[in-house]
Amino acid sequence: MSAVTVRDVFKSYGDAPVLERVNLEVADGDFCAIVGASGCGKSTFLRMLLAQELPTRGRIHIGDARPAREPGPDRGVVFQRYSVFPHLSVRDNLILPVSFRDAPILGRLFGSALRKAEAEANATLERVGLAHVADAWPSQLSGGMQQRLAIAQALVRRPSVLLLDEPFGALDPGTRLSMHDFLLDLWRDSGMTVFMVSHDLSEAFKLGTRVVVFDKPRWDPQDPSRYGATITHDFRLGDKKGETTNDPTHESDRETAAAAIRGADAARPGGNPAAPPS
Amino acid sequence: MRWINRRPGRPLLFVLAALPFVLTLLAYVIGSDIRRTANPNDKLLPALEKVIDRAQALATEPDRRSGEILLWMDTAASLQRLAIGVACAAAVGVFFGLLIGLFPLARSTLASYVAVLSLIPPLALLPVLFLVFGLGETAKIVLIVVGITPFLIRDLGQRVLEIPLEQLVKAQTLGASSWQIVTRVALPQLAPRLIQAVRLSLGPAWLFLIASEAIAAQAGLGYRIFLVRRYLAMDIIIPYVLWITVLAFLIDWSLRLTSRRAFRWAHVQGESL
Repeated sequence: MSAVTVRDVFKSYGDAPVLERVNLEVADGDFCAIVGASGCGKSTFLRMLLAQELPTRGRIHIGDARPAREPGPDRGVVFQRYSVFPHLSVRDNLILPVSFRDAPILGRLFGSALRKAEAEANATLERVGLAHVADAWPSQLSGGMQQRLAIAQALVRRPSVLLLDEPFGALDPGTRLSMHDFLLDLWRDSGMTVFMVSHDLSEAFKLGTRVVVFDKPRWDPQDPSRYGATITHDFRLGDKKGETTNDPTHESDRETAAAAIRGADAARPGGNPAAPPS
Repeated sequence: MRWINRRPGRPLLFVLAALPFVLTLLAYVIGSDIRRTANPNDKLLPALEKVIDRAQALATEPDRRSGEILLWMDTAASLQRLAIGVACAAAVGVFFGLLIGLFPLARSTLASYVAVLSLIPPLALLPVLFLVFGLGETAKIVLIVVGITPFLIRDLGQRVLEIPLEQLVKAQTLGASSWQIVTRVALPQLAPRLIQAVRLSLGPAWLFLIASEAIAAQAGLGYRIFLVRRYLAMDIIIPYVLWITVLAFLIDWSLRLTSRRAFRWAHVQGESL
């Protein structure tokens, strides 16, 4: 059974098509990295997977469920910024999803339910290495710690699909590397399906079991917004659950992807003004 | 050294901060002196000692007619009106701010309506309020509410809109309902901004309070000022104006302190006024 099925998806904003004829089947437990030149619609695609936006045409299924019309707890998400709640302490950020589930009216837990949620939150914080800042506010944490919290929070409701929109884009290189290990560990433990938009090719090839490249197959120099982008390359890198290092056999794939993105950037220096910023 | 790079040291800082106050006081004393040299019974700029004596009497001696100490009676009456008015306006502002900021259907219905309402000059409605609500407390409180609520709704609605979309989407993926997003995500983040908005609207609130007291009241700081104006009693007006200034400052200061104490997360980064 495939975890995510994308069938003939078109997306346009007004008259400007952003994505056309996108088809994708992603297996349960895959780590699918999405790369492409800026403005190619990869973030739009992620927002549609999230059901934050709906396709103009076509369908997106998760498992056997009907296409979602709004975001729900079956899909978790981490954005580049603003993914955690600034008015809650680190621990309360992890208790909040439990409160949403168990306290529909008050939105707050009390008594034994609260103590149980606190214990679970503390265990999670221990695992992700944030136990020492459990009572701090997110704004007091470093960028990497904030993103670790955001990922841990997204996993509390155990979504079947985790969506990451350039989650490490604002981090420095060293932090980014440790976040890669952190994310891979979590992914291996949970066995969920992950989609990650990235503009860093080496990151995509390092983490992904699958790398899909978004690009515009047709291009009108007189009217750059005439055609939308679609998936032009789809690299299957095999099962990576055991390894952490780069597989050299995928070097040529990576060069192909790099060439595709470079080509898109070089041929179209103006980018695509009609597309929303990714 | 350039002037934009010159900074005062600690002693000079106090001198500079005190300077405008001292100069104002000095100007008053000199002006008062000049006028009283020309006319010893001058009422416009009474001597400083006379003002201080009178202020002391107002704050300590009971009024001969009513038996109450005027300053405290007036202060209690005014603060009660102000508190009820501002509290009502804040409650209405939070309710509609959340509605407009979070729900597109409510936004489409109400946003332009509130924008039009906020253009009505509240003081122009004052006669209507007195006709509808009579000359009692209600009309004065309603004037404050009418005067500052449109601003509060628009400001708080804007603050809710400024909550990053990412947060609202994340809350939905964590399983939150609309109601839970209102109570656990939007409202707690709105609270410190509500205090900020109330601080900004206190100036207009005082204006509306004093205006309505000036027209019809039995007690109140604004009432007293406009009452004794007939007798040119500057020795009462000046202490009252200073007292209103002190009250306004204390309220603003305590709201700021409340925000810092109660919503420490909102003050982690950066300084705010």
